[in-house]
Amino acid sequence: MVDFYIDLFSSVDFIKPYQSSIFIISVVLSGIPIFGFMAVNALVAVYVERKVSAFMQDRLGPMGHGVGLHAGKWGVLQTLADAIKLLTKEDIIPKSADKKLFLLAPCIIFIGSFVAFAGFPFNEFLVAADFNLGLFYILAMSSVGVIGIILAGYSSNNKWSLYGSMRSAAQIVSYEIPAALSLLPIVMLSGSLAFKDIVLAQTGSTLGILPNWFIFDNPFMIVAFWLFFIAGVAEVNRTPFDLPEAESELVAGWMTEYSGMRWAFFFLAEYANMFIVAGVATIGFLGGWLSPIPGFFEGNIWGVFWLVSKTSFLIFVMMWFRWTFPRLRTDQLMRMCWKFFLPGSFFVIIGVGLWDLLMR
Amino acid sequence: MGININSQNLNNNSDEEMVLNIGPQHPSTHGVLRLKTITDGEIIKKITPYIGYLHRCFEKHCENLTYEQAIPFVDRCDYIGSMNNEFGYAIAVEKLMDIQVPEKVEYIRVIVAEMNRIASHLLAVGVFGLDVGAVTPFVYCFRDRERILDLFEMLCGARLLYNYIWIGGVSHDFPVGWVEKTYEFLDYFEPKIIETNDLLTYNKIFIERTADVGVIPPEVAISYGVTGPNLRGSGINWDLRKNEPYSIYDKFDFDIPIGMGAMGTVGDCWDRYYVRIRELEESLKIVRQALDQMPRDGDVYESMPKKIRPKSGHIYSRTESPRGDLGFYIESDGSAIPSRLKLRSPAFTALSCIDEISKGWMLADMLTILGSLDIVLGEIDR
Amino acid sequence: MNTPEIIKKIQSSFKKITLDENHPDRIISSTTEWEELSKFLRNDYELFFDSMMCITGIDEGIDSNNLGVVYNLHSMKYKHKIEVYIPVDKKNPTIFSVEKIWRMADWFEREIYDMYGIIFDGHSDLRRILLPEDWEGFPLRKDYEFPKTWHGIIVDKIKEGWE
Repeated sequence: MVDFYIDLFSSVDFIKPYQSSIFIISVVLSGIPIFGFMAVNALVAVYVERKVSAFMQDRLGPMGHGVGLHAGKWGVLQTLADAIKLLTKEDIIPKSADKKLFLLAPCIIFIGSFVAFAGFPFNEFLVAADFNLGLFYILAMSSVGVIGIILAGYSSNNKWSLYGSMRSAAQIVSYEIPAALSLLPIVMLSGSLAFKDIVLAQTGSTLGILPNWFIFDNPFMIVAFWLFFIAGVAEVNRTPFDLPEAESELVAGWMTEYSGMRWAFFFLAEYANMFIVAGVATIGFLGGWLSPIPGFFEGNIWGVFWLVSKTSFLIFVMMWFRWTFPRLRTDQLMRMCWKFFLPGSFFVIIGVGLWDLLMR
Repeated sequence: MGININSQNLNNNSDEEMVLNIGPQHPSTHGVLRLKTITDGEIIKKITPYIGYLHRCFEKHCENLTYEQAIPFVDRCDYIGSMNNEFGYAIAVEKLMDIQVPEKVEYIRVIVAEMNRIASHLLAVGVFGLDVGAVTPFVYCFRDRERILDLFEMLCGARLLYNYIWIGGVSHDFPVGWVEKTYEFLDYFEPKIIETNDLLTYNKIFIERTADVGVIPPEVAISYGVTGPNLRGSGINWDLRKNEPYSIYDKFDFDIPIGMGAMGTVGDCWDRYYVRIRELEESLKIVRQALDQMPRDGDVYESMPKKIRPKSGHIYSRTESPRGDLGFYIESDGSAIPSRLKLRSPAFTALSCIDEISKGWMLADMLTILGSLDIVLGEIDR
Repeated sequence: MNTPEIIKKIQSSFKKITLDENHPDRIISSTTEWEELSKFLRNDYELFFDSMMCITGIDEGIDSNNLGVVYNLHSMKYKHKIEVYIPVDKKNPTIFSVEKIWRMADWFEREIYDMYGIIFDGHSDLRRILLPEDWEGFPLRKDYEFPKTWHGIIVDKIKEGWE
């Protein structure tokens, strides 16, 4: 979209000389919908999480019952109420905390997610910054958040936060490797790192009914999909890997000392990361913006619809995990990563390569 | 949510050891309990429990109350298994006074005590799952526990602290329709145990978290005075309902589950948890048999003495509460007020062994071990 | 073994044991004998009391000179029980600690120290367990007076105007 805006402004003669300001304005104009989408995603995801968890636990969740101000029919205004509460909350900074780092940490985490969103496509044309190494870019940018987590835990001057952030940093850094490696088969099959080419390689169908998505391509791809998805869940710090935020042990882990809007940033970033992980899984394995019935319901707006719905289904599966499984202990987590996932992803790469070589 | 206080580094130990304070307010510990943990990284070196935050001077109060006035106080010690507390106390005083209660009263007492045992074990199982990270079984267990509490509310008006089992009898007979509702509950609840087993007991992640963790060897258990499901989880077949039968427990046919190291070592957290799950099934059996055998007519008040004035002497009697063996030492000087009333609480001894069994485990395991011991601070602090 | 046999066996090694007339389950010993008696009860292979059920402290009354400790023992192997009562002098309340023999005695003895002020000789960490560390007095004694203030807060026994 940045290119689109630059071309648009450059075609108007009297703005053309001001190249640098055109660039800045186009970037800002492309960034605002991203931020808007992140906020809306967080709002909707929080509401859905509460309702999904409630229904799984045989209760109702936020409902709009009662007199006076209440949370709307079926509790839809609950998240809005939460947002207003967070905005108006008192800003508390612990006296012995390292103030500069304390204020910097939420910014870094938010920047990490925001910048990753910038390369994420909703459609062939609807992407903020069209890179030709989109996949690599998103993987790289989602690692920026770890610095923010470490800073948050360290600067809070609280032993529990320190524990949580150390665990979290170790976890995220370790699980990035299987996550990135299990995306390599996609690159092998499509021949390019750009999202447009990846989805293009998944158009059409075999035998007329089964879509040509990468997950159906060969049996190793199913393993690759699960490896990437579970490693992604570990990166986002969700149960069963949420020991850094384990409520029963560390109160809220590395986020303990944060309140109000700063905490809302962490929250926003967590849901944005979930969306990115699910989105990359969708584009890479499940066909991105292609329709499940090849040939029907295709088009620009349908593309956005299919992408968002497939991603939402994967986010629902992530929430399902959270409310079903107990959590793993840190050393069991690390053992699983280094002893099972890493060899597993190497195995998948070799397997896909051999299959490709022998079958085609 | 609790705020963790005391994060200073009281470094009079070596340089790598860190002193961490868990509690007294904390979302996980089963009450107000402070655990001072000395850790080396994540490995625990020593735990010192500090109790007494819930001390309400129960024993001193009882020296100013008559025997029947002490029953609500006894309730409030182990507030999760109140019926069992009252049962133990009533049996102790009745032994001191040589009272024999009618058969119907015995059946009523056994039924409510076993229902209370089911409720208490449901809470223990649910909270243990919550400590390990599984939130949904907690809500399911509480949903089922609510039905038991509704039954108790129908019986005596209270959900949690009953004042129901009196010395020489019980305070009310079963209301009309209670027995049918209880049968309905038993039929409803049996498949729920299977559901909990699917969700939690045989879940691979749960087994990894709890198997081999916090093993209590049998000699250590006996020496520390650990009793109840904790002792049975270490493989020792000892249940007061079978080995020293009181009331009419010898008329019922039930098994005593013991831990056999099915998923790891004998005496680990999984074994203690599994003993509690199996005890749910056994208690259901007992309640069903008791409801079938109970005489339908009879007066519950006929053996209640007008004045409770035991002759001079003392007694120590113990019964099986959901947490272990609950002992009452009562000393009477012939008046209506006891001269000494001591409650020997099973959770007190269970908590005292936590230092020995958690050496060498990680911080995350400490909460698993604490959850598997099933302590109630009201009973420990009295 | 049933209780009379147990008592006969104990009395054969410890001559100074007396019996309580009203309660055939209880033997009465003294603080001087308790150290050897406790080891004998635990280690003798015919008695083998490996489980201490409960340790209770009592106060014999305002007119008596004695506090006391009641030990209830049980054998998991032979399934027999015994109760031992040790009177403790109020002016010098010291008794041998059995913490090393039965590990449960650790906390039970701390509680008796907390409530009665009986000092257990040889206990590794004898400090208050239920009451705050800086509490003065031993509450469960019959002659205990409730404190008038605590940390500057006045604790009034008579509360005027509360009815």
